[in-house]
Amino acid sequence: MNFSLTEEQQMIRDMVREFAEKEIKPFAAELDRKGEFPAEIIKKLADLGVLGIPIPEEHGGSGASFLSYIIAIEELSRGCASTGVIVETHTSLGSEPILHWGTPEQKRKYLPRLASGEIIGSFGLTEPNAGSDAGGMQTTAVLDGDEYVINGSKIFISNAGASELTIVFAKTEKSSGVKGISAFIVEKNTPGYIVGSPEDKLGIRASQTCSLTFEDMRVPKENILGKPGEGFKIAMHALDGGRIAIAAQALGIAQAAFEEAIKYSKERIQFGQPIAKFQGVQWMIADMATDIQAARLLTYQAAWLKDEGQKYTKEAAMAKLYASEAAMRHTVKAVQVHGGYGYTMEYPVQRHMRDAKITEIYEGTSEVQRIVIASNILR
Amino acid sequence: MRIAVCIKQVPDTTDVRIDPEKGTLIREGVPSIINPDDKHALEEALSLREIHGGEVIVISMGPPQAEKALRQALAMGVDRAILVTDRLFAGADTFATANALAAILIKLGNIDLVLCGQQAIDGDTAQVGPQLAERLCFPQVTYAVQIEIENGKAVVKRNIDQGIEQIEAQLPALVTATKQLNQPRYPSVANIVKLKGRRVDRFTAADLGLTSNQVGLAGSLTKVKKTFAPQLRGSIEMLHGSGPEVMESIMHRLQQRNII
Repeated sequence: MNFSLTEEQQMIRDMVREFAEKEIKPFAAELDRKGEFPAEIIKKLADLGVLGIPIPEEHGGSGASFLSYIIAIEELSRGCASTGVIVETHTSLGSEPILHWGTPEQKRKYLPRLASGEIIGSFGLTEPNAGSDAGGMQTTAVLDGDEYVINGSKIFISNAGASELTIVFAKTEKSSGVKGISAFIVEKNTPGYIVGSPEDKLGIRASQTCSLTFEDMRVPKENILGKPGEGFKIAMHALDGGRIAIAAQALGIAQAAFEEAIKYSKERIQFGQPIAKFQGVQWMIADMATDIQAARLLTYQAAWLKDEGQKYTKEAAMAKLYASEAAMRHTVKAVQVHGGYGYTMEYPVQRHMRDAKITEIYEGTSEVQRIVIASNILR
Repeated sequence: MRIAVCIKQVPDTTDVRIDPEKGTLIREGVPSIINPDDKHALEEALSLREIHGGEVIVISMGPPQAEKALRQALAMGVDRAILVTDRLFAGADTFATANALAAILIKLGNIDLVLCGQQAIDGDTAQVGPQLAERLCFPQVTYAVQIEIENGKAVVKRNIDQGIEQIEAQLPALVTATKQLNQPRYPSVANIVKLKGRRVDRFTAADLGLTSNQVGLAGSLTKVKKTFAPQLRGSIEMLHGSGPEVMESIMHRLQQRNII
């Protein structure tokens, strides 16, 4: 078994890590405070090819391995969790569905512009009454001549404010349950596409999370992605890959908090010595390190399976479940290591704790991940 | 334009620790990087190629592991990478290093501009660039903060104690790069992916017609007798708290010492 990263994976890691240290981390606190989309950072990342890492070269991407992409998300998130999820949503949810299910014409029209970052992608699945129960969605798409007329609303859509392209899921057959859902490629400037104002969130505040409303929105029938009724399958496939990337985001957040905790424990003197000398603190650090490494191995293995063309649904769910719960656990512990100072907005460790929570919720809650894992084992 | 850049792989000295007993450097586990000033030289070469066209060749004299630094240079976008490596080069001081680098540059031929970093963060001599220029009989301009190429000349602004000096040098010339010259680019993902198909060419002492008394320890005019960390005098006190609290602490200490 070879646990080493390839040269490509190491160099992508080093490049994104250096970029995050110099160009992202110094601004992360302000971006969080203002809830501002990091447009300049995203542009610089786009110029380096970071918005199309796993997209093949023939479609304008960099053609790197999926694991290289996962490592990039981890390193971006270590600098700023919001930047990590912006790139993840754009790639795994906004671009990969077109790569996997698109017609040659759709790929030609959209993939190069997505991979270069000329347009940002988003994923319109969740509704006010359809979260974990995505099949319960009420947005409809009715074929009228050469167009589908879409009506409905979506909520909690990442990148919505900043994206030019959304994969929208709607029911083309109301009575057929999940088999009645279809996917559509929708461009922002389509009449009837309305973006709500960004949510005021607890964490990942620089990621623009908005509602979308579709009022008699007409979309050309060539813009259906895959076949009618394939929408749910397309969504689940996108989320399978996306959840490995969310695991990577959780890893990056946990790693950042862990490093802050180590640094603080060496500097903070109490009872005449650094608190790093106390066994209680040492055990916290040991537990953090072990859990983070376990999460990393689960995440990298899931990515490796995908690169190898093997089934990875169960492993992706395990990675996301474990990494997100570890990130939550250990960002809380990192605040604890910082004592009172960790509770102030001035220290970054509180942001890591706030950012970590969402990783247990989106792209499939921890409860949903457990269902996925169990059903894979018990079927 | 045919531009050659000489780089060195060095330990990341921000990460180096001192052995408390021996006072020597602990090199294990310290990551190796392209010497920072050399990265500015690489960036300048790539920028000049964007303006004037041509070719950028990166060269390093070092042990086999220096290939990693050359591959990082390939990922930044250079056209060709060369590793000059041989057991005979071990222990080389700057004079012997310059001999080896001169040999490969002469063998390559038709070089318009040689760019080097001002100095390496491990040796800190700033001598290789100037010694190389002398071996090549090229005019040299050191401590460059700006380089332009006009009508077969390098027009260079350089940093001197009293300010900035502007020098024109007929090409071919050698210029050493400072941090103020530019902002080195990050390797793009696409370039990193393409590294799979790219090779670093290797040259030995024999390939360059060099004998053992011209290079390495035998060819060196200087020898390092000892490397040690100076004794730490005084103590360090860490101040904790919020920004305003630490500021108050500092003010109090400065007042106590009658500094303010």
